[in-house]
Amino acid sequence: MTPAPAYSPAELMAVNAARLLQDGEVVFVGVGLPNLACNLALRTHAPNLTLIYEAGVIGARPERLPLSIGDPTLVTGATAVTSMYDIFALYLQRGLVDVGFLGGAQIGRYGDINATVIGDYAHPKTRLPGSGGSMEIAAFAKRCFIITPHQPRRFPERVDFQTSLGHGPARRALPGSGPQAVVTDLGLLRPDASGELVLAALHPGITVEQARAATGWPLQIAPDLTTTAAPTAEELALLRALDPDRIYLK
Amino acid sequence: MPKLTDLASAIATHVHDGDLLYLAGFTHLIPFAAGHEIIRQGRRDLTLARATPDIIYDQMAAAGCARKIIFSYMGNPGVGSLHVLRRLVESGALEWEEYSHFGMITRLAAAAAGLPFLPLRPTGAESLAAVNPAYKTIPDPYGGPDVVALPALHPDVAILHVQRADVHGNAHLWGILGEQKEAAFAARRVILTAEEIVDEDVIRRDPNRTLIPGLIVTAVCHVPHAAHPSYAQGYYDRDNAFYLEWDALSQDEVRLHAWLEEWVYALPDRAAYWAKLGSAAHARLTPAPRPSGEVDYGGYA
Repeated sequence: MTPAPAYSPAELMAVNAARLLQDGEVVFVGVGLPNLACNLALRTHAPNLTLIYEAGVIGARPERLPLSIGDPTLVTGATAVTSMYDIFALYLQRGLVDVGFLGGAQIGRYGDINATVIGDYAHPKTRLPGSGGSMEIAAFAKRCFIITPHQPRRFPERVDFQTSLGHGPARRALPGSGPQAVVTDLGLLRPDASGELVLAALHPGITVEQARAATGWPLQIAPDLTTTAAPTAEELALLRALDPDRIYLK
Repeated sequence: MPKLTDLASAIATHVHDGDLLYLAGFTHLIPFAAGHEIIRQGRRDLTLARATPDIIYDQMAAAGCARKIIFSYMGNPGVGSLHVLRRLVESGALEWEEYSHFGMITRLAAAAAGLPFLPLRPTGAESLAAVNPAYKTIPDPYGGPDVVALPALHPDVAILHVQRADVHGNAHLWGILGEQKEAAFAARRVILTAEEIVDEDVIRRDPNRTLIPGLIVTAVCHVPHAAHPSYAQGYYDRDNAFYLEWDALSQDEVRLHAWLEEWVYALPDRAAYWAKLGSAAHARLTPAPRPSGEVDYGGYA
């Protein structure tokens, strides 16, 4: 008998992303699930996280769920507000950011991300929003996490456009270590020694076959494959309080 | 020198067909009223530059004002696509030029400082540099690793919305400061719209809060609520419901043009727009007070 799931795929991803954050870290946060993951970590094991939002807010303590990267609730009660140039130059490029969150339409075998275009750049089949801050976050944050549903079209062998760098040869010259975990609704992918994303963990009840079927390249399995702990009642209660209308947790 | 004028006169005098415009503000203080006035006055062939084009450039492009867009994130923040701009780019009807946020802002910072370019550290991501020849890799003249150079971006006109300004254009801003300072210093002409026009003494009592000095300002206009559906910190909230509504109506040409007719062409100015929104919306968008502490600058007579 299969018990009814007690959590949604979005909740599962947010909880697992929160667990990747360590107390005391400086995190470059995006809206949506990264914001929920960071605020959950702040309320559980990492009360000394510093949340930086690319709009120029440092040490945010949002009192409501931010609905855009420039939500006024990020400003009220923050430790500092600065210009975008300062955020990218003095904080990110300078090397003060420990963790950055990235997203995109396609994630390739070596962690390259495409957030720009599907098809030919000059004659786009689907035009996506573009880099925003992700090109620099991927390069300069000490490590990066990605949260995304696990579907074949999101995990092609190669991306159509390299909006941000994964683990190609150019990575050696960069201060950041690139994508260190991809949190999906099936499990966690992590780079192996060659930089290829491999299956490092499965969520409870998920099989290797499911993960392989949802990945666009022959997915390798880490020798120390683990199973993640199911979200706890406390984690779920805190998370749901952060998004009471289930805008991102649906 | 007093620079106070009305918005329609400021746009008529200082914004010309073919200009490169930068309507500044990262999510916060987006000068929607000025954008709508540009639509009403029928400007054409504009190059519209903004890190985040936001709904305002979707509207201006839908109204036929734009020839080209320069951007770094062309999405409806927190919602999804900017459907008008996306359609125009996908169909080849609009030219575009693209950067990352840091690249875009660095171009303004270079222009603001009177430099031909500024360097950035390389990011290792190759695709954007391959399609945008403005990205150049140059040697560090002091022997370090190569750096990326991007050229100064000089808008003909920067338009900013601010919380308060005096008649000379000295402007106080607080909350998210985005790229306002860089855009204003980079531009040849600067138009301000302000929630409040205040006595010069209000500015002089808190000079550290002056982000924009009057000496670079061309015209200042008193336009309360000019940023809606964006927001002004401490004055009114971001109208997220409208950002969601725009997602639907901007995908339907009939609804889109009906909206422009009803909310832009048929209205004389921002006061009429705000009145049309109605008191329920005004109440929904009004934040609770949360004043800052004051600092003591001291008297040194």
